[in-house]
Amino acid sequence: MTDAAPPIDKTAFRQGLEARLKKRYAQERRFRLYGQLAIVFALGFLVLLVGRIALQGYSTFIDYEVTQTIYVDPAKVDAADIGGSNFDLLVAEQMLAKLGETDDKLGEASGEMMGIISNDFGYQLLKRVQDDPSLIGRKVTLTGPVKADAALYYKGELKRSTPQDERKLDDRQLDWLDRMQASGAVSKGFNIGFLTKSDSTEPEQAGVLGAVIGSAMMLLVTAVLAVPIGVLAATYLEEFAPKNRWTDLIEVNINNLAAVPSIVYGLLGLAVFINWLHVPRSSPLVGGLVLALMALPTVIIATRSALKAVPPSIREAALGVGASRTQTVFHHVLPLAMPGVMTGAILSLAHALGETAPLLMIGMISFVPGVPEGFTGAATVLPVQVFIWENASERAFHERTAAAILVLLAFMIVMNLAAILLRRRFERRW
Amino acid sequence: MPAQRDDSQARGTAPVHISVDRAYTDGPQHEVKIRARDVNVFYGDKQALFDVSLDVPEKAVTALIGPSGCGKSTFLRCINRMNDTIPGATVRGRIELDGEDVNDKAIDPVILRARVGMVFQKPNPFPKTIFENVAYGARIHGLTSSKAELEALVETSLKKAGLWGEVADRLHQPGTGLSGGQQQRLVIARAIAVSPEVILMDEPCSALDPIATARIEELIDELRHQYCIVIVTHSMAQAARVSQKTAFFHLGKLVEAGPTGEIFTNPRDSRTQDYITGRFG
Amino acid sequence: MLTWIALLALFLFSGATYAFGRRKAQAMAARGKPGALHSLPGYHGGYVALWAGLPAALIVLAAALFGGRMEAALLRADSPAAVQALTDHGQAVFFDDARAMAHGTQASETIYEGDLRTAIEDKAVQAKRLQQLIQYGALAAGVVVGLAGLAIAYPRISPTFRARNRVEGWIAVLFIACAVTAILTTVGIVASLVWESWRFFQSVPPLDFLLGTAWDPQIAMRSDQYASKGAFGAVPLFAGTFLIMLIAMLVAAPIGLYSAIYLSEYARPLTRGVVKPLLEILAGVPTVVYGFFAALTVGPIFREGFNNLGGLLVGGPLNGLGIYLSQVQNQMALVAGAVMGIMLIPFVSSLSDDIMNAVPQSLRDGSLAMGATRSETVKQVVLPAALPGIMAALLLAVSRAIGETMIVTMAAGLQAKTTLNPLDTVTTVTVQIVTLLTGDQEFDSPKTLSAFGLGLTLFVVTFILNVIALRIVQKYREQYD
Ligand SMILES: Nc1ncnc2c1ncn2[C@@H]1O[C@H](COP(=O)(O)OP(=O)(O)O)[C@@H](O)[C@H]1O
Ligand SMILES: [Mg+2]
Repeated sequence: MTDAAPPIDKTAFRQGLEARLKKRYAQERRFRLYGQLAIVFALGFLVLLVGRIALQGYSTFIDYEVTQTIYVDPAKVDAADIGGSNFDLLVAEQMLAKLGETDDKLGEASGEMMGIISNDFGYQLLKRVQDDPSLIGRKVTLTGPVKADAALYYKGELKRSTPQDERKLDDRQLDWLDRMQASGAVSKGFNIGFLTKSDSTEPEQAGVLGAVIGSAMMLLVTAVLAVPIGVLAATYLEEFAPKNRWTDLIEVNINNLAAVPSIVYGLLGLAVFINWLHVPRSSPLVGGLVLALMALPTVIIATRSALKAVPPSIREAALGVGASRTQTVFHHVLPLAMPGVMTGAILSLAHALGETAPLLMIGMISFVPGVPEGFTGAATVLPVQVFIWENASERAFHERTAAAILVLLAFMIVMNLAAILLRRRFERRW
Repeated sequence: MPAQRDDSQARGTAPVHISVDRAYTDGPQHEVKIRARDVNVFYGDKQALFDVSLDVPEKAVTALIGPSGCGKSTFLRCINRMNDTIPGATVRGRIELDGEDVNDKAIDPVILRARVGMVFQKPNPFPKTIFENVAYGARIHGLTSSKAELEALVETSLKKAGLWGEVADRLHQPGTGLSGGQQQRLVIARAIAVSPEVILMDEPCSALDPIATARIEELIDELRHQYCIVIVTHSMAQAARVSQKTAFFHLGKLVEAGPTGEIFTNPRDSRTQDYITGRFG
Repeated sequence: MLTWIALLALFLFSGATYAFGRRKAQAMAARGKPGALHSLPGYHGGYVALWAGLPAALIVLAAALFGGRMEAALLRADSPAAVQALTDHGQAVFFDDARAMAHGTQASETIYEGDLRTAIEDKAVQAKRLQQLIQYGALAAGVVVGLAGLAIAYPRISPTFRARNRVEGWIAVLFIACAVTAILTTVGIVASLVWESWRFFQSVPPLDFLLGTAWDPQIAMRSDQYASKGAFGAVPLFAGTFLIMLIAMLVAAPIGLYSAIYLSEYARPLTRGVVKPLLEILAGVPTVVYGFFAALTVGPIFREGFNNLGGLLVGGPLNGLGIYLSQVQNQMALVAGAVMGIMLIPFVSSLSDDIMNAVPQSLRDGSLAMGATRSETVKQVVLPAALPGIMAALLLAVSRAIGETMIVTMAAGLQAKTTLNPLDTVTTVTVQIVTLLTGDQEFDSPKTLSAFGLGLTLFVVTFILNVIALRIVQKYREQYD
C-alpha cells in the first residue's frame, strides 16, 4: 500500500517543526550539561577537599627521631634534687658535643639545639633517672623526636632557600640538622605517637588519643540516652499513640527540633545542664547530654520510618493469635524494624561525632593534656581538637589539624559503612 | 489479507502461532495508516510482545482488547516510541506510519510524537491553567506566531473535544480543578491541538464514571472522521460500541484481528471466543 | 561514681526480685490447674522488679542531679558577716570556691585573707559534710524505698493478679515519658533562651538590640565596671549573617537543583547508585572540616587571586579598585559563603530529588507524549509541579545557612560591619555567640547574656523558617499521595 499523500498544511507543519528542532535539541543538550556540570562540581569538590586534607595531613604520620647516648654527668645532676636538674640543657650540650661543637657562655648554642630537638629527651631522662638514681654517672641511650620545625625541614616543607629571617630555624640549626642526618643518628619512621599521645603544647608531642577517647566516651553517653529514648518515643508515637492534637503537636515539634541549629542546643546545655544542674563543664557527660538531645529527633524520625515499613499484616497476625499490643510490638514489630532503627541510630551518632559548635558552648575548648579522667572530668573531643589546633599559630599544628581530620573522617567512614552494610544485609522487601 | 501473510512467510519470519488479521475495509478511504510487522518488545530480559503484525486503518477506531498484562499498552507505546523513555526496553520489528519506519534513525521522536498524540488511563492535566494545558504543544513546538492565533487554536481544540461550553469562562483556572471526565477531555483537547494524525488512547475511560465514559465515547466517535484512533480497552462493550476494527491480544501475542463486527460475532480463534464470552479475562 | 555503683547495685537487686517474683508465680501455676494464672510468671516477676527498683533509682538519680544545688543552697543558708560584706558576685564566687576546695576541683584565682580565709575553710569543711550527708541520705532512702517496694509488690502475686496489665501500664508510662522528652527539649530551649535573654534585656532594651547599628560588646575588666557596657546593636550581625547566607544560597541553589534534576530525570540507575552515596558523604563531612578547608585553603587562594587581579589593575583606569583588591584579606564573606554553599549542595539536592520524585510519572509521560524534550518537560511540567516543595527545601537550606556555626567561626571574621560587599570581612550571629561564650566569661554580664539574646533571635528566625517549610512539604506530599 502506498503512502497517502499528506495534506499540504501538514507538510508545512512538519517543516516548521523540523526547523525548530535543532535549537530545541541544543537547548536540551545544554540543560543536560548543566546537570552534569553541577554533579561534577560537587563531586570534584569532595575529591579536592579530601585530597587536599590528605596531602596536608599525611606527613604527620612520618616523624624523624634522633637516637643519642647521654652521659648522665654527676657534676650536672644533683642526686639529692633530681627534679631540680636541667636535663634539657644536659641533653643539648651532649648533642652539641656529638657534632663537635661546644656551648658558648651565654648558652646560645644549647638554646638553639633545644630549638631542634624535642624536650621529650629531657623529660625521658628525668623519668629514667628518677626511677633509677644509680644511672647517675652512667650512660643512657635515648630516642626521641626532633622538634616540629626541624621535622618540617627534613620533610622539605621548610626550605633553606627561604631568607633566614623568614623561617623558624637559622642556618646554623639547619647545618646541625644536616650533620645529624649525615651521621646516621636520625631515623625516619611512622609517627605512632600521634595516635598514642594526647594534646600537648609542643606540636611534635601532640597526639589525638585523648580526643579519640573523649569522643568515644561522649558518644557512649549520647548513644545510651538517645537510642533507647528515641526508639521508645518513636514506638509510642507510631504504634500506640491516639491521633489527636497532642500527638500532632509532638510530631510537628520533633520535625522542628531536627532543624534547630546545633548551636542552640549548646546554649540549652549551658543554661540548663551547667548553670542550673551544675553538671561539670567540658565533661563527656555534659557533651553527651547535649548531643543526645540533638540526636533524639533524628533517631525518632528514622525509627518511625523503619516501623512504618513493617507491613500491617504482621501486627494483625500477632494480635489475631491473642497477643497484647505491647507483646505484638516488642515481640514482632520492633525486631523486624531493628535493622532500620540501628541504621538510623548509627547515622545520627556519626553526625553527632562530627558536631562541634554546641560543645564550644559547654566549655569544651580548654587545653586538656592526657586522656579524660572519667565521665565528669574535663575532656576534649576530635572535632574540637581540630578547631583548637586550627587556631594554633604554629605551622606544624596545621599539619596535625589535617591529620586529626583524617582520623575523624576515618571514624565517620567506618560508622557510615557499618550503617550501609547493616542496611544491605538486612534489607527486606515486603 | 492473505497476500500479507504470504509476504511474511516469504521473509521466513512467520510467527509460530497463527494470527489472523482481516483488514477493515469499509470503504476506500480506510487505507492502512499504521503497519506493524513482527514487533517484539523486551523489558530487560522479559519479552512482553511476540511477533505482532497488525494493520491499523486510517480514519477509523481500532480497539485493542485482551486480558490485563497481555501487552496492549506495550504495543500502543511502540507506535509513538514512548518505550524509548523506559530504561531497558527494546523494540524489534517494523512499525510504519504512512510507510515510514518510526524506529528509523531519520525519524525524530519529537516529531513523531507531535504526529501521534496519546491519552493515558489516568487523566494527567499539567499543573497549569486550562488554557496553558491546551496551548502546551503549540508553545513547545512553536506552532503559532501570535497570541490571537494561539487563542483561536485553544478554542477550536476545546470545541473539538467538546469541552468549550463547560470551560469557556474559566480558561485561566487550573486544569486540575476539573472533574475526571472533563480532565480527560482536556487532555484530548491538548493532544489534538498539535493536529496529530493518530491518537492513541490507553484505557481512557477506566478511571471515569459511566456518564463521563459515554461522553468520551461520543467524542471518539466524532473524532474518528478526522483521525486514526487506536484505543486500548478492557471493556468489550466499549470496543463493540466505538471501534471499527478490533485486535485481540493474549500473552503478548496478537491472536486475531478484524472488523469489530466479525470478531465479536464470528471469532475464528477459540481463545477469542472464550475471552469475549467472558470465560477468562 | 557513688551514683553509678548505687545504680548498678539497684539494678542487680531489681533483677533478683524479678527472679523471686517469677519463681513464686511459677510455683502457684504448678499447683493450680493449667491456665489458672492470669498473667505469665515473667510479668509477675517484672511487676515486683519495677516496684523494687524504679522508685529507688529515681531517688538516687534525683540526688545525683540536684544534690549539688541542694548542697549549695544549704551552704549559703548562713553566711558569715565577712562574706555578707562581699558583692553578690563576690559571694557567688566565694561559695563556689568553698565547694571547689571541698571537692578538690578547679577554684577561681581569688585570694582570701583574714576573716575570709577562716570562713572559706569552715565552709569547705561544711560543704564536704553536706555532700556526704546528701549522698548517704539518698542511698539510705534508696535502700528503704527499694525494700518497701518489694514488701508491697511481692505479697500481691496471686493467680488472679493482673500482673501483665500492671506491667504494661508502667511500660505505657515509660513510653509517654520518652515521647514527652522531645517536648521537654523544646520547652528547655525556649525557657532557657527566654529567661537569659530577659535578663539581658534588663540592661539593654530589646529595640536597641534589634535595631542598633553598632556592635561592640566590651569586656568588663572588673566586676564593678558595668558602666562601660559597650554597644549591643545587632544589625551588623544580622547583615553579616544575611550576606553570607545569600552567597551560600547563590552557590547551593543552582548547583543543588541542577544535580537533583540530573539525578532524578536523566541519570541511569547505575549513575544514580554511585553519585547519591558520594553526595551523602559530602553531606556527612563535619562542618569543622569545611571550616578548616575554608580557612586554610580557599581563603588564601581567593585572597591571592584578588590580590593579583588588584595588582594588574593598579595604575590603570581602575586604579581605585585595584588598590582595594590588592588589600583584600583572607577572611572575606565570599570565602565563608562559598564554602557554606558547597556544604549545602547535597542538602538541597537530596531534598529536591525527593520532591521531584514525588511528581507523578504520568505528568512526565503526558508531556513527553506531546513531543516535548526532557528539558522542556522538566522546565515546564516537573519544576512547576514541584515548585512548592523546592521552595520549602530552599527555605530549610536558608535556615541551615543561618544557623551554621563552624565554617563562619573559622573563615569569617570578627568585625561587625553592615555591608553587602562580599569581599569585606563580616561577622555573624553564630560567630558572636561562640566568641562571647568561649572567652574569659564574666558571669551575668550583659556581654555574656547578649549571647542568649542572639541565640533567641536565631532560634525564632530558624523556627519560623522551619515551620513554614515543613508545612509546605506536608501539603505538597498530601497533594500527590
Ligand atoms: N516498564 C516495564 N518494565 C518491565 N515490565 C513491564 C513494564 N511495563 C509492562 N511490563 C510487562 O509487560 C507485560 C505487558 O504489559 P502491558 O503492556 O502494560 O499490558 P496491558 O496493557 O495489556 O495490561 C506485562 O507482563 C508487564 O508486567
Ligand atoms: Mg495497560
